[in-house]
Amino acid sequence: MNWKRALLTDSGGFQMVSLLKLAEITEEGVKFQSPHDGREMLLTPEHSMAIQNSIGADIMMQLDDVVHSTTKGPRVEEAMYRSIRWLDRCMKAHKRTDCQNLFGIVQGGLDPELRKICVQEMTKRDLPGFAIGGLSGGEEKTHFWRMVHLSTDYLPKNKPRYLMGVGYAVDLVVCSALGCDMYDCVFPTRTARFGSALVPTGQLPLKNKQYARDFRPIDENCRCSTCARYTRAYLHSIATQETVACHLVTVHNIAYQMNLMRCLRQSILEGRFPQFVQEFMDTMYPSKNYPEWVVEALAAVNINLQKSQSHQDTPLENANTCS
Amino acid sequence: MMKVLLSNVVNGCRVGSITEVGRHGNRVLEFPGCLLYTRCGSAPHLTHDVLQKLDTLPVGVQLTLPTLAEQHNVVKDFQHGIGKFTGMEDSFLYCSVQDPAVREATGYNFNKGVSVWGSGGRIKLEVADFMSIQKAFCPDWYQCLCDGDTVSSDTSNKRVRKSVDRTLNFLDKCLEIHQDSQELKASEILGVIEGGDLWEERLRSARETCKRPVAGFVLDGFQSFAMERETRKNLLTAVLEVLPEDKPRIIHAVSRPDEVLEAVECGIDFFDSSFPYQVTERGCALVFPFSKKSDVCEETMIQSSDDASKETTENQPCQGSNEGTQSQKTEFEMDLNNRQKYAQDFRPVLPGCSCYCCQNHSRAYIHHLLQTGELLARVLLMMHNFHHYFGFFTAIRESLHQGTFQELKAIVTQRTK
Repeated sequence: MNWKRALLTDSGGFQMVSLLKLAEITEEGVKFQSPHDGREMLLTPEHSMAIQNSIGADIMMQLDDVVHSTTKGPRVEEAMYRSIRWLDRCMKAHKRTDCQNLFGIVQGGLDPELRKICVQEMTKRDLPGFAIGGLSGGEEKTHFWRMVHLSTDYLPKNKPRYLMGVGYAVDLVVCSALGCDMYDCVFPTRTARFGSALVPTGQLPLKNKQYARDFRPIDENCRCSTCARYTRAYLHSIATQETVACHLVTVHNIAYQMNLMRCLRQSILEGRFPQFVQEFMDTMYPSKNYPEWVVEALAAVNINLQKSQSHQDTPLENANTCS
Repeated sequence: MMKVLLSNVVNGCRVGSITEVGRHGNRVLEFPGCLLYTRCGSAPHLTHDVLQKLDTLPVGVQLTLPTLAEQHNVVKDFQHGIGKFTGMEDSFLYCSVQDPAVREATGYNFNKGVSVWGSGGRIKLEVADFMSIQKAFCPDWYQCLCDGDTVSSDTSNKRVRKSVDRTLNFLDKCLEIHQDSQELKASEILGVIEGGDLWEERLRSARETCKRPVAGFVLDGFQSFAMERETRKNLLTAVLEVLPEDKPRIIHAVSRPDEVLEAVECGIDFFDSSFPYQVTERGCALVFPFSKKSDVCEETMIQSSDDASKETTENQPCQGSNEGTQSQKTEFEMDLNNRQKYAQDFRPVLPGCSCYCCQNHSRAYIHHLLQTGELLARVLLMMHNFHHYFGFFTAIRESLHQGTFQELKAIVTQRTK
């Protein structure tokens, strides 16, 4: 790839289970049909480690037994314990511990007891970092944040916490408040390819007629190369028609995400993170109709969203610049 | 006022530059040269930033009306012209009536106007509509409205005559509007030579068009599939002899390297870059040699069967289908879809090529990107293919200055024998 920056690889487990039809999970591994030639293949913890070792990414993920976050019943417990056993197999099979960091992935579905057991067990293993998995799959947000919070409460403070599959801007801010460090999500680039641009107030579906004559850039405060040269109207005219549109909006959306996180970090360093959160939420929900789960989650870490106008002197623009 | 400085004419080939050209009178266009092919105002697959990584970008950009006509009213409201609307305001802009990468559907032109095919379907353009678009767009040069529907093999002589008549009629009407227009003061209109494959009609079109105050000429209806090579050569030579020396000559959809060289010999100045785009769309890379230094790339793959090198476009669907089918691969390119050959080939696409793609990536990687359906495949291929194609034109100009054009021709066409 000739990519000179950091790399992270996933184990392949999630993709197989979510993207392939006939995947069968046994203690040995995941049996599935190759999407290329239909052959039956088996992905084991050992095999996943071998592949990730040869790719050579800086961070690699264990093969875990992922269940859908809405699954209930004994399958959740089975998957959680199996993930621990597979973690041990991964650690044994990992051949490049000197230059690649293997992360464990905490499972346990939406069951607090199972989650707790999983975290406690996995942290007994001296791994360079831990991921929180099995969430961001469409479960209700009220359960989602509680599992994240529980996990971060028990995960070691001196190791990175990687929340997999998150996500949307609001989720990133809330989960950072809850103690997560790292995230991944296809959303910003996928939505870009469909012509949807991310802005501090939410999203602009540029293919909509209302943008046909909107001669402003996506975001007047954004300094990305797309906003420097192209109008919403032009992007509207090419969205879903020319691949250039995919690239232009992708550049912007990535710039948006990176700017968001940069400002978030800066606010923490400067001791004004709660104000940052308040401003962010006010920009996203101008009529202060914050989602219930957001209010609860933030309250759990002592950030109380103010419903009254106590920040009137702060222009909304500050929500997306780092001043 | 635009000046055409002809450095030399060598066996019919013209080489030189056009200075003081463009809306601001400050550009220089070298010829023989090509124009950057665009769709909806952007180079295919390439954002402005990425496009700037090509160090041999032509000064001239070709806007294709079918991909832009639907934006007419929006650009009108925008009030800053098509260049600024599409993020191309730094470029010299030429607007063509049709899209050279797509074969026009036949049978849709009429006495009062012409049809172009946008993404939403057919757009009928009469003179007034057409000029209204140009007034909103304000390109540097634009091809006059023309009826070029003479390329299918069953075009009657009567139909060819009609195309010449209509095109001249459009020209006169467009000129009237152009000359009265404040918006188009700094823009130039180019006359279009029609006439199908009929000698008399071609000459009639040429002579009549010359009489009008046009800034240059577009040679229309000479696409590869429109006529035999010899016919094209003879007609072009005859027509160009009639045209004044001091005005540029542009041809469309004659874009393959061997065709380009032949057309240069006839006296054509400007070409479009639709060919590298078509090559990109089929997942192929241009690797034909154009200098003594470059080794013949062993990868040009078509074992010369004549059928493979002829463009079989008779069955090509019209109206926006611009994906070259595998049967249209030429000897000028290599097919990176070929798993057997390239899945584990870690060399650059064209060893020695200085483009971003070849400096940073391997054949194996591009093959992988093609197999997994990644957009990046065509970004990289487009960069390489444009780079190679523009380099080819640089080589043409150099060879004409140095008197080595015939050698260049031999190098480029060695695989087509």
